[in-house]
Amino acid sequence: MKRQGLRAALLGLTILAASSTSSIAAELTILWAEWDPANYLQELVNKYEKETGVKVTVETTPWADFQTKAFTEFNSQGDAYDLVVGDSQWLGAGSTAGHYVDLTDFFNENKLSEVMAPATVAAYSEYPQKSGKYWAVPLEGDAVGWSYRKDWFEDPKEKAAFQAKYGYPLAPPKDWRQLRDTAEFFHRPDEKRYGVAIYTDNSYDAMAMGFENALFSFGGDLGDPVSYKVDGYINSDKAVAALDAYRDLYRFTPPGWAKSFFVENNQAMAEGLTAMSMNYFAFFPALLNTSSNPNAKVTGFFANPAGPGGDRFAALGGQGISIVSYSKNQEEALKFLKWFIRDETQKQWAALGGYTCSKAVLQSAEFQNATPYNRAFYETMFTVKDFWAVPEYAELLQQLNQRLYPAIVGDGKVSSKDVLNSLASDWEGTFRKYGRLQ
Amino acid sequence: MPAAPAARQTWQKRSSVSVAWKLRPGSAAARRSALTIATVSQLASDDATRRRPISDLAIRNMFIIPTIAFLIVFNIFPLLYSLYYSFTDFRASTNAAGSFVGLQNYRELLADPLVWSNFTITATYVLVSVTGQVLVGFGMAMLLNRDIPGKGLLTTLLLLPMMLSMSVVGLFWRLLYDPSFGVINHALGLGSFEWLADPQVALYAVAITDIWMWSPFVMLLSLAGLSAVPKHLYEAAAIDRAGPVYTFFRITLPLVAPILMIAIIFRTMEAFKTFDLAYILTSQPTAELISIRLFRMAFQEWQTGRSCALAYIMLIVVLAVTNIYVKYLNKVKER
Repeated sequence: MKRQGLRAALLGLTILAASSTSSIAAELTILWAEWDPANYLQELVNKYEKETGVKVTVETTPWADFQTKAFTEFNSQGDAYDLVVGDSQWLGAGSTAGHYVDLTDFFNENKLSEVMAPATVAAYSEYPQKSGKYWAVPLEGDAVGWSYRKDWFEDPKEKAAFQAKYGYPLAPPKDWRQLRDTAEFFHRPDEKRYGVAIYTDNSYDAMAMGFENALFSFGGDLGDPVSYKVDGYINSDKAVAALDAYRDLYRFTPPGWAKSFFVENNQAMAEGLTAMSMNYFAFFPALLNTSSNPNAKVTGFFANPAGPGGDRFAALGGQGISIVSYSKNQEEALKFLKWFIRDETQKQWAALGGYTCSKAVLQSAEFQNATPYNRAFYETMFTVKDFWAVPEYAELLQQLNQRLYPAIVGDGKVSSKDVLNSLASDWEGTFRKYGRLQ
Repeated sequence: MPAAPAARQTWQKRSSVSVAWKLRPGSAAARRSALTIATVSQLASDDATRRRPISDLAIRNMFIIPTIAFLIVFNIFPLLYSLYYSFTDFRASTNAAGSFVGLQNYRELLADPLVWSNFTITATYVLVSVTGQVLVGFGMAMLLNRDIPGKGLLTTLLLLPMMLSMSVVGLFWRLLYDPSFGVINHALGLGSFEWLADPQVALYAVAITDIWMWSPFVMLLSLAGLSAVPKHLYEAAAIDRAGPVYTFFRITLPLVAPILMIAIIFRTMEAFKTFDLAYILTSQPTAELISIRLFRMAFQEWQTGRSCALAYIMLIVVLAVTNIYVKYLNKVKER
């Protein structure tokens, strides 16, 4: 009897241990920044829990602390997060430092290079560029677009005045020249109305993201992503003209517009402060919500205008989802990704408000007509470029902020050519330090 | 529940004794009772042995050992560890161990014009901010050091700013400074003056906020110093027909100076380390204090080794400045 009792007890303990292990494995935690898309993702993963019984929690942290919190956890090799929806710039640091799991096989097996929009694969997944090594699955596509006051633009008096002054009709700008003219036209400080809201904050990547919209559309570039040569790229004549255009635009911003990013730029529209506002598409849902934007019904959207040569590019936002290499639930995380890339899931993701990167969903009429800005988003997602994704991206970002901020927001005494020459010199120094440039 | 057995023993002792008084001597019951009393006495003696007071040494150790352990784990160890890192090129964002680079980090930092610019900005900020706090704080203390109605309530209200969180203060002063709807421009009739966007003014705008927040601290210490000045000195000065300026410079200020110096030391150290207020209020490079540079280097660029070196340079500067103050304080005390 005693022996039987002992066996029963052991069996019970084994079952208990097995069940407790499986209950630990049946939970996944995703780290992302605190914003609306993270809430949409939580709604989406609730469906995954219903289907599979695996609980998925989307843990969020404010944008300002996002990078610090994520990397602090990575650096301590903590397993608090199984997956992370990391910024595109993190790819280099995340992959080379061993924080991200290599998803190349998963990517190839599921032909994600063909399933997802090409720009999103290059920016959110592949590192180094054109290497065929993938570290993330494109999750939230995003790029910079523009919102504008439809009622101001459609006012017959304004239209007539604009036509008389500039010689062409008032409409959402198609190129940067028109953008500048329109901003100038609506800039009326006496009436507490201003031309445009642009990114100017230099705490993280706001300044870079704002300037890139002009830089890429003017035909300029950051540098050569293969040789890491920057001299002749970031300080080219096209890049100088782009910086001149961005500096010029700053003159038509509301007073004190020297520390503005997505929150301030949406506020500018909500408060009826500016005629146009630059922002990521991911923040546009709030502009259509009458509770957060009293002017929601008269707010329109347009894609980043073309440069003088007709090039039309925009700065890339958005993120891919990676498996953290210190997670103890990597297999379960992989199963989740397998579920996430299904067409049906991608449609649900888009329906909830997430910006899918699935080519098929993006091209569908259903998606493009779902909101007033989805078409602009679709057009933009095939013409996006991103900042450096090398591990030392933060130093490059800091150097850009140090050079560009005083030129754009400051007294403007230094010429754009000198500013960009200095930046090219800074970046070359950094690339040399890390052995990328000989 | 140690009290229960003790209470039970006490009850047993009392009941045994009360019964023993009523028994005949030599009877069996009396013998049993005597035995009970003896047992109870033994228990009481054991109890007293157990309750021997804890020695002074044990009490001292109880207080000191956890404190020392805490200091070593959370202060001394990180301090030494970061000192080691300051001689390496370690980056916390990678898994690779850093290589020993000797004094390279210190050399590069001290040759970096941006770092020197940050130090210059910080020095200007400390000078403006602490001077402002001393003038405003001491002025408020002088006003409050007299019999005025509602003095207690007024003092409490004046202390409120320093009780607020730095971040909260930063956020609402951003609104106060706003060029479009800010109260400050409206009150001063400055139109759309851009306090935080103007490179020449941003640093002073941060300093003004700091003065608003921390003048009450100086006021509090000054008030304590002023109330300790013997009244008979003022009476003697009045008899000698000394004027208010003479009285202030010859009696008030010298006697309050030691405590005022302590306030200045505290505020200088804190102002030198200011981070949150400046970080929230403005992005202007002309207002980038050294602690903001350190934060960016450590947690945005992940140059851990280099940022540790910068932290040590900052520590040395703060120690040097504080040492000068302390020496001056000692001189003031000796007068």
